[in-house]
This record gives sequence, structure tokens and C-alpha cells, in this order.
Amino acid sequence: MISLTHVLALSGVLFAIAVAGVFLNRKNIIVLLMCIELMLLAVNFNFVAFSRFRGDISGQIFVFFILTVAAAEAAIGLAILVVLFRERSSIDVEDLDTLQG
Amino acid sequence: MFPTILFFIFAAVLIGAALGVILSRNPVYSALLLVLCFFNASVIWVLLDAEFLGIVLVLVYVGAVMVLFLFVVMMLDLNLERLRREFAGYWPLTVAVAGFAVFAMINVIVVKHLGGAGLQTAPALAANYSNTRTLGVELFTRYAYPSQVAALILLVASVAAIVLTLRQRKGGKPQDIAQQVAVRAKDRVRIVKMASEKKL
Amino acid sequence: MEIQSIYLTIVLSPLVACIIAGLFGKVIGRVGAHSVTILGVGISCALSLYVLYQMVFEGSPEYNGTVYTWLVSDGLQLNVGFLIDHLSAMMMAVVTFVSLMVHIYTIGYMADDDGYQRFFSYISLFTFSMLMLVMANNFLQLFFGSEAVGVVSYLLIGFWYKRQSAIFANLKAFLVNRVGDFGFVLGIAAVLRYTGSLDYATVFSHAEQIAAAQVHITGAVAWSAITFTCICLFIGAMGKSAQVPLHIWLPDSMEGPTPISALIHAATMVTAGIFMVARMSPLFELSDTALSFVLVIGSTTAFFMGLLGIVANDIKRVVAYSTLSQLGYMTVALGVSAYGAGIFHLMTHAFFKALLFLAAGSVIIAMHHEQDMRKMGGLRKYMPITYWTCLVGCLALIGFPGTSGFFSKDSLIDAVGASHRVGSGYAYFCVVTGVFITALYTFRMFIMTFLGKERMDHHTQEHLHESPWVVTVPLVLLAIPSALIGWFTVKSMLFGKFFEGAIHVAPANNVLEHLGEEFHGPGAFILSALLQLPVWLAGLGVLTAYVFFHWRPALADAAEARFKWLYTILVDKFGFDWFNEHVIMVGARRLGGGLWRFGDQVVIDDGLVNGSARTVGWLGSVMRYAQSGYLYHYAFAMILGLAGLLMWLIWR
Repeated sequence: MISLTHVLALSGVLFAIAVAGVFLNRKNIIVLLMCIELMLLAVNFNFVAFSRFRGDISGQIFVFFILTVAAAEAAIGLAILVVLFRERSSIDVEDLDTLQG
Repeated sequence: MFPTILFFIFAAVLIGAALGVILSRNPVYSALLLVLCFFNASVIWVLLDAEFLGIVLVLVYVGAVMVLFLFVVMMLDLNLERLRREFAGYWPLTVAVAGFAVFAMINVIVVKHLGGAGLQTAPALAANYSNTRTLGVELFTRYAYPSQVAALILLVASVAAIVLTLRQRKGGKPQDIAQQVAVRAKDRVRIVKMASEKKL
Repeated sequence: MEIQSIYLTIVLSPLVACIIAGLFGKVIGRVGAHSVTILGVGISCALSLYVLYQMVFEGSPEYNGTVYTWLVSDGLQLNVGFLIDHLSAMMMAVVTFVSLMVHIYTIGYMADDDGYQRFFSYISLFTFSMLMLVMANNFLQLFFGSEAVGVVSYLLIGFWYKRQSAIFANLKAFLVNRVGDFGFVLGIAAVLRYTGSLDYATVFSHAEQIAAAQVHITGAVAWSAITFTCICLFIGAMGKSAQVPLHIWLPDSMEGPTPISALIHAATMVTAGIFMVARMSPLFELSDTALSFVLVIGSTTAFFMGLLGIVANDIKRVVAYSTLSQLGYMTVALGVSAYGAGIFHLMTHAFFKALLFLAAGSVIIAMHHEQDMRKMGGLRKYMPITYWTCLVGCLALIGFPGTSGFFSKDSLIDAVGASHRVGSGYAYFCVVTGVFITALYTFRMFIMTFLGKERMDHHTQEHLHESPWVVTVPLVLLAIPSALIGWFTVKSMLFGKFFEGAIHVAPANNVLEHLGEEFHGPGAFILSALLQLPVWLAGLGVLTAYVFFHWRPALADAAEARFKWLYTILVDKFGFDWFNEHVIMVGARRLGGGLWRFGDQVVIDDGLVNGSARTVGWLGSVMRYAQSGYLYHYAFAMILGLAGLLMWLIWR
């Protein structure tokens, strides 16, 4: 049988990969967004797993809402990305340092 | 036993695809591999008796979000050569951080038994259990207001995305309804007094 | 008419009159102003007398009711309500009667003053405040009344606000009263702390609760809570009733117009403290220590303030010192648990002291606002009505047998003599010697004013004449109760059941009851008093005054030269003013300056205000290095946070 530990371990590994992705792809903001999607996926894994193993449907409701917010986030993030590219012809993170203190 | 084997297979593919996402040098490959990730995740969720969410994941993520990603990646004329530079310089740090994250989380999950050791086996489900039905009942009763809010968030997001990317075309001739309604006679009609022409 | 609306009318009609005269003074003019205020106070006086009549002769029950709930907070209910029993009914009658007389008198006294309407507005407001104080059924309303009379007193002392000395005097009165009120507020807070209520009835029924409690003010020294509470409340009474050492404002308050001296600083406001203590008798009875404190303060005031009257030359100041001294007598009576005697003396004193002040005012009018007695003399033949009424007042003040002052003062002294409280020996000495002193300064004033050579200048002498009827009628109306009221009321108020229910005296302390056993009617009381010391001392005082200031004036000068040091001390008023100005005022200014320089400028301005701004600025200048603007730096910080959290989860 699949145990809770299996799923949690899988989600941990997935999360770690996503974190590593943020570090590796420091240049490309699109891949960065993808890594964030991966992280959210890892979190959703936890929710689904706990929901199943505790027998409580609320966890899945939460996943539902996270999916909603993630979709909104992806839409707006990509829109910003498009505007950004139009302005600067670049999506290199290192070019985006106007907020530097 | 069979579901466990399936789980391991799909988990392995999932991890491999995730690694591919972060390691691939071409964002298009990354996006496609991410699609693969979502498919695998969906299968695992179905294995966990969360059929509805599994299908939603495929529909929403693969069908909408990832298409959007691909679309943007392909639309933008990216300078891939420049993006590939300095890709390798951060390996040690990356491995260290990711390794620590994995170590720590596994430690927490396995050694500390986060969630309690009693949760290791899933409770049996009723014969006529319907995940979609249960979820729907819960969503439209207890979580009715939050689901309205979620709908609003989606609306705001779509409006925001449109507003952000909207570009007025130069030289277009759109109707301005408000201007048309607010127009007054004196703006349009000019009365000119002039002497009548002489008869030839 | 329903009884509650009668009470409301009594209280509110002066207020309405005050508002009309104050806000629309210009519109209604001088006649309108005095008519409306006299009408207001007249209504309230008539109704008060009616209430008193109902209470005393028809035996209507006491009334304790709430008119309006101001606020409710955490179980504490703050009401506006009335407690009408014999005590408050008597006070109401006295207050409104004297006030009415003063209103009428003011028409003559302030005839050519610019602030005519303002003055009437103030005195009506004062009547309202005093009635609120007297009729209160809870501590908060009592406090409101006491503050309100304080404010009106401030306004009236500084009525002639263009005079430097008047401004100084009203500020002084206000500040000294603040000191007293601080104690009063503490006392009220203590009452609230121990009983959870401010309502008289509730508090008095829980008085034992306070008596059982202990207070730790400094360290481990435990005080009895009831003593602490009573002394705090009495400090409030000291401020209002001008007891040593908070008496210093009263002589200076003579800067105000004379009607006010009569109304506020003789008859009513200053008696508020006495009334307060009598009202709180159920509390004071539980603490012998507090009563001894009251006794000592009162007897000190009675004796030493009387001495000052001997050397004062301003006619109003002499009367003011006598007021101080008489207030001391009342306080002494409270101190020996003879509350009835204190209140009785309060009532008789209200009449004869108002009379004396108004007579002094009449003299001042005749003298063209000259107040120095050394420039008077021989006024008897010019002002017969003033002369005779003033004589009645003086006789009442010194306790001439048969006058109202005689009954109250003599029984008061007897009560002190019969008491065994700690300090009663000292008090007995003070009050008995005080009788001599009272007679001395009273007749010194009387003789210097009305008898002897005419020392005024020629111009004034030509214009001397009796005051108009609006001045003399109140004098006559006040002279009647001054002379007679004692005869009729002494039995019931002192030894009867008049104050039963209003004033509570523990059986062991009840000196009046003890005296009452030997009381066989006012006539017998006079006869027995003739055989006792006070009456003879009073006679001796009159004689001394006659010898020193009429028969052989040179003797007075010789005595002054012989006892120069004593004279200097008295003229300096025992140095209280010097002490306040050179020690307390300077000290307070130094303390304030020090706090301003160190506490405000260094700690608050530089340390807290500018310091926090500087700290934020410095922190920002350091923190901005963390703001690289690179996304992955922020992501890294996030990861570090996550790592930290995980580590805590692992190794906790």
C-alpha cells in the first residue's frame, strides 16, 4: 500500500528540485515561474495526501483554491512578463534591479 | 501491491521530469517536461482517490496554464544564448541547498513522523464513495463564500492580464461610445451666415 | 406637583436664570437680568422652604431617587440623583434663602458696575452648583457640585478681572482648592475601590467593608482603609472649608465683590466641606483616627485664624478671618462626632455671617469703596439700620446669650468638653480661648467702624448716608434669623430627632445625646450658660475691645509696640503665604524646570522622539544593503528561512 510517508517524501523531493531550479535558472524568469508551479504542486501533494489519510475532504478543497490562485498567478505573472519584455526586450533577472536599495 | 508499484513508477517519472524542467537549457523543453510532471502528478492523485482534482489538474494546468506558458515562451523572441551563460556556476550551492532541503524534510517526515504514525494507512472508503460528489457538496455548502471569492480572484486576474497586455493600435479608428453620447449640437453643426449669391 | 419635579425645579430654576442672564444679558438689560435671576432663586427658595416644611412638620419621608443615569461602565452606575432628608432640606433652605438675600442686595451693591448681568449670572450659577452639591445622592455628583462651586468661586473672586490682585487671588483660590480636590478624588476612588459603588446608600451600608480593609501605601506599613479614605475625603473638605493649611485662599478671596464674600465665602461654599463630612458621618464614625485628625485641624484653625482677625485693618478681612475661625469651630464639632452641632452652627453662622458681610458691604458702599477701618469711625449716626443689624450680627457671632450664635457655639463647646476623643483637650482650650478672641476682634471691628472719632476724609464725610432699601432689606431679613433662629431650633436640631437617618453617630461617641439629658429648654440653657466660662470670656473680650480701641486707644498702640514680634507674626499670617511663595512655589517651579529640561527635552524629545527617528534612519541605512533588487537573493532568503524552520522542527 502507498503510505503517507511515501507521498510526503515524494513531495519533499519535488520541492527540493523546485528550489534547486530557482537557484540554477537565475537568468530565465519563465523557468523561474515554472519552478514556482512545481513548488505549488509539491504543496498540493501534501494537501491531497493528508486529506486522504485523515479522511477529511477539506484538504482537497484547499487544493482546489490553491489551483485557482495558482492559475491567476500564472496569468498575471505571464502578463507582467510580456509587458516587461516589451519594455526591455529581456527577461534576464539580473537586468531587473531597479528596486536595488 | 499493484497501486504501490504504479506509485513508484509514476513517482520516478515525476522526479525525472522535474529534474528535466530545471536542467533543460531550452525553456520550451522545460515547459513540455512540466506538462509531463503534471500528468504524472495527476495519476498519483488518482491513485490517492482524488479523481476530481487529478482531472482538474490536467484540465486546468495542462490544458490552460501550460499552454499559456508555451505560448509566451514561443511568442517572446528570447535570446537563448545569453540565457544559457553562467548556468553551471551555481552547482555546489544548488546541490547543497536542495540536499539540505531533502534531508531535512525526509528527516521531519520519516523520523519525526509528522502527522502522526497512526496515519500510515488510509481509511477504507465506502463502496459508493464519489470523490467528485463529496467535494462538490462540501464546496457548495461549507465553502460557498470562499468559492465565490475564488471566482472573483479569477475574474480580477483575467481582467488584470488583459489590461496589462492591452496595446492600443496606432491609427486605429475605434468608436468612443461615451464621446458619441455626450456630443452636443454645437460641436458638430456650424451655422454660417453668408450673403446670398447674386443671380447670374 | 410630583415631589421629584419639585426637586428638579429647585435645582434647575437658578440654572435657567443663569443661562438667560449670562447669554442674553445684553438683550434683557440690567433690570431684566436681576429680575430673572431673583425670580429663579426665589422660586427655588420658596420650594426649598416648602420641602423643609413638609419634611419637618408634615413628616414626609426622605427621598432617595435617581433622575438620570449618566453612564454605566463595568457594573459601576453613575447617576444624577437626589437624596433629600432633613440635612439636605435644611441646607437647601439656608442656601437658597441666603442666596436670595444676596441677589436682592446685589442690586444695590453692584448698581454702577459694568459687569452687572455677568455677576447675576454667576451667582445664580453658584446657587445651582451648591444645590447640586447639597442634594446629591452620590459621591460623583457631590464632586461635581464641589468643583462647580469652585469654578464659580474662581470666576467671582476674579470678577474685577482688570485688578492684578483679584487675578492673583482667584488663581490662588483655584490652586489651593485643587490640592484639596486631589485628596477628595483619592477619597472617592478609595470608596469606589472598597465598596464598588458611589451611591451614598450603598456605600454607607457597606461601610464596615471599608473598615475591615487595609491599605499599603508605602512598603509594609498597613493603614486602616477607613482612616485613609476619611482623611482623603476630609482633605477635600479642608480645601473647600478653608482649614489650616489650605485656608490661605479665603482671606485673599475678599478681592471679589462683597455680596460674593457673603454668599460664597461665608454662608455657603465654604460650608460645603462641613456638610460633606456630616453627610459622610457613617464613614467617619468608623475611624477615631480620622476624627481626631479633623478635631486637631479644626481647633487649630479656630484658634489661630481668630488671632489674625485682631490685627487686620481691612473690614472684610476681619470678617473673613472670623469666617475661618468659625469654620474651625464647625470642624471641631465634626471632630467630636457632634455633627448636629456642627451643622447647627453652620446654619446659624450662614445667617449671621452673611449679615455681617452684607453690613460690611453696606459700610463699604457708604465709604465709596474704602475698606480700611482706620479711615472709618462714627458711622452710627449716619447709618442706623446698618449699625443695628451689624450689632445683631456681632452679638450672634460672639455668642451673646439668646442669639442664634450663642446656642450653636455654646452647645458646640459643651460637646467638645464632654468628648473624650484624642485631642479634645487641646480642642477645648482652643475653642474656649477662641471665644475671647472672637469677641475681641469682632468688637474691635464694630467699634472702629461705627463708634469713636470720624477718621474719614472730608469729601467722604459729606456724602455719608444710609444705603438704599435693596441693601437694608436683606440686612433686616437676615438679622431676624440671626437673632432668633437658635431659640426655636436648638432643641430639635441638637438634641431631638431632626437629623435621625441623615447623620449617623456611633452610640459610644454620641456626646450630644449625653448633653441632651441635661437640656431643659432654651431658657434654662441660657441660664445655665451664664454660670459658665464661655459667656464670661466673650464679655471679657468685648470689654477688652472697648478698653483698647475706644476708651484708651493709646493702650492698643502700646501693646503693639510692646509685643512687636507677636504683631509681626500675626501680620505675616504665621508665614503661610511666605512659605508657599518661597518654598512650595519656587520648589515647584524648580521641579518643573528640571523635569522640563531633563524629562522633556532630554528623555522625550532627544531620546524618544528624535531618538526613535534616528534609530529608524540608521536601521534603514543598514538594511538597504539587504535590498539588492535581485529576485534570487530574496528567494534565497526565503529558503534560508525555510531551512531554519525545518531545523527547528528537527532539533526542537
